[in-house]
Amino acid sequence: MKYGPETIGVSLAAFLALLGAAFSGDDSFAAHMWVAFFVLAGGAIMLLRQISFAPAFGPGDDSGYLDGPVRYGTVATMFWGIVGFLVGVLVALQLAYPDLNIEPWFSFGRMRPLHTSAVVFAFGGNALIATSFYVVQRTSNVRLWGGNLAWFVFWGYQFFIVMAATGYLLGITDSREYAEPEWYVDLFLTVVWVAYLLVFLGTILVRKEPHIYVANWFYLSFIVTIAMLHVVNNLAMPVGLLDAKSYSLFAGVQDALTQWWYGHNAVGFFLTAGFLGMMYYFVPKQAERPVYSYRLSIVHFWSLIFLYIWAGPHHLHYTALPDWAQTLGMVFSIMLWMPSWGGMINGLMTLSGAWDKLRTDPIIRMMVMAIAFYGMSTFEGPVMSIKAVNSLSHYTDWTIGHVHSGALGWVGMISFGAIYFLVPKLWGRERLYSLRLVTWHFWLATLGIVVYAAVMWVSGIQQGLMWREYDDQGFLVYSFAESVAAMHPYYVMRVLGGVLYLIGALIMAYNITMTILGYSREEQPIGEAAPAAQPAE
Amino acid sequence: MDYHSMREFADSWMLLAMTVFFVGVVIFAFRPGSKKHADDASQIPLKED
Repeated sequence: MKYGPETIGVSLAAFLALLGAAFSGDDSFAAHMWVAFFVLAGGAIMLLRQISFAPAFGPGDDSGYLDGPVRYGTVATMFWGIVGFLVGVLVALQLAYPDLNIEPWFSFGRMRPLHTSAVVFAFGGNALIATSFYVVQRTSNVRLWGGNLAWFVFWGYQFFIVMAATGYLLGITDSREYAEPEWYVDLFLTVVWVAYLLVFLGTILVRKEPHIYVANWFYLSFIVTIAMLHVVNNLAMPVGLLDAKSYSLFAGVQDALTQWWYGHNAVGFFLTAGFLGMMYYFVPKQAERPVYSYRLSIVHFWSLIFLYIWAGPHHLHYTALPDWAQTLGMVFSIMLWMPSWGGMINGLMTLSGAWDKLRTDPIIRMMVMAIAFYGMSTFEGPVMSIKAVNSLSHYTDWTIGHVHSGALGWVGMISFGAIYFLVPKLWGRERLYSLRLVTWHFWLATLGIVVYAAVMWVSGIQQGLMWREYDDQGFLVYSFAESVAAMHPYYVMRVLGGVLYLIGALIMAYNITMTILGYSREEQPIGEAAPAAQPAE
Repeated sequence: MDYHSMREFADSWMLLAMTVFFVGVVIFAFRPGSKKHADDASQIPLKED
């Protein structure tokens, strides 16, 4: 009997959600539990349809790698990516045209966390889980540990995403940036995350390769650190067991520091360390040559681990946070140039001697662009953490531009590269449906990022300068609303950047769908001259 | 253990321990003879499929 305990577990969870919906005195909690009930009931029905009552015959399939969750993960990455980019374009439009705020569910305040969580946790998280499962099996030369636990990680994580996303739209939030889901969703994610850690660590412990490849170090540090950050940041007391609202255990400046300790390390360990794991596996694979310097990668790893965790206070310059803590955050941020350069040199130099691939292989081109954006945004970040610069940049669109050059440029591009690499391998296709479409995706995405980042620099600096402009009598020259009005043209241009990026992702979705379905487009290989016309004889 | 004693520990012995560990890692990574081992390790992803 397949999936017996799983089916019973999901059905029980659906029943509990139904009880929660029935007995809660809190309307939003009840609505959220109805969502959970329908999703879980649907899951239970899907599981029931897979059950076979025939006795298990022969030994199970323990040979080879467990790639099912990786296949599902790549498709989920693509799906959530498009959802996240689309919501991003919508919120950008809402900022440019406030009439598009549709109260109450689709107002900017609810859509914004939907966008950030969709791209960071749904798109980025699925990309990390899928690639980490793929990489740890290949570099440990062993099947994933824990059997169906990996499936629980995948489906549990999707359920977390659905609960988080619907919660935001229903107005359920604990308002901690990048950690908005309320206490019960946080508790569920903790369970999923511990299972993820067990699968990953278990696989490393039973590995057949004596050395733990550096990509796994980065993945493991990402999993462990996110567990710690998630638990501490979300320590809270719920109003009641059937109530959506909870209150943080921390108060005042301690709460602010806890949030940015979490927030900055979510960037550092989720969006940086995890994706560096991706880089250290997929760039050597696609370039077909080993990483430039393995020893540099070890120094890169440890400098990242030792420095990142202290950089959070730079989000709280000129606040009630003690001065020494602000300076500490700034100094450690500056020192982060060390892992920044270590990673960039190592990634780019892996291609030394194979730079010609840039001309013929758009996937390598994507990865190189990702590393370039890694270098650029991790150079920009420390600059912005310097107090004098921060006094101009903080609270302005400059920060938004910086985040997007990291997220669209580094995280997005390296994930796209990894997925383009993975899909033909996972579905046993000879090649992608079309490499020419990858080129289209590359240029659309690059152009989109450049438009976005450049526009946000201009608008951010203008904003900062308008806010600090005094006249000769010491009065502010501009009201806040004037600075908002001045941003309008930039906000419209930003939408254009986002749309270009979204179109690129749609082309990618078409390309990998066709690859999965087994088509391959007849096209001229890139970099080869067109066959010379034969003279008529 | 109150805030001040933790703080004193953190910016003295803990700081020293972490610095020594980090410098140790760098020295260990670049010790003579590590090149062969590192080159072998860097081949791991290229071994299979």
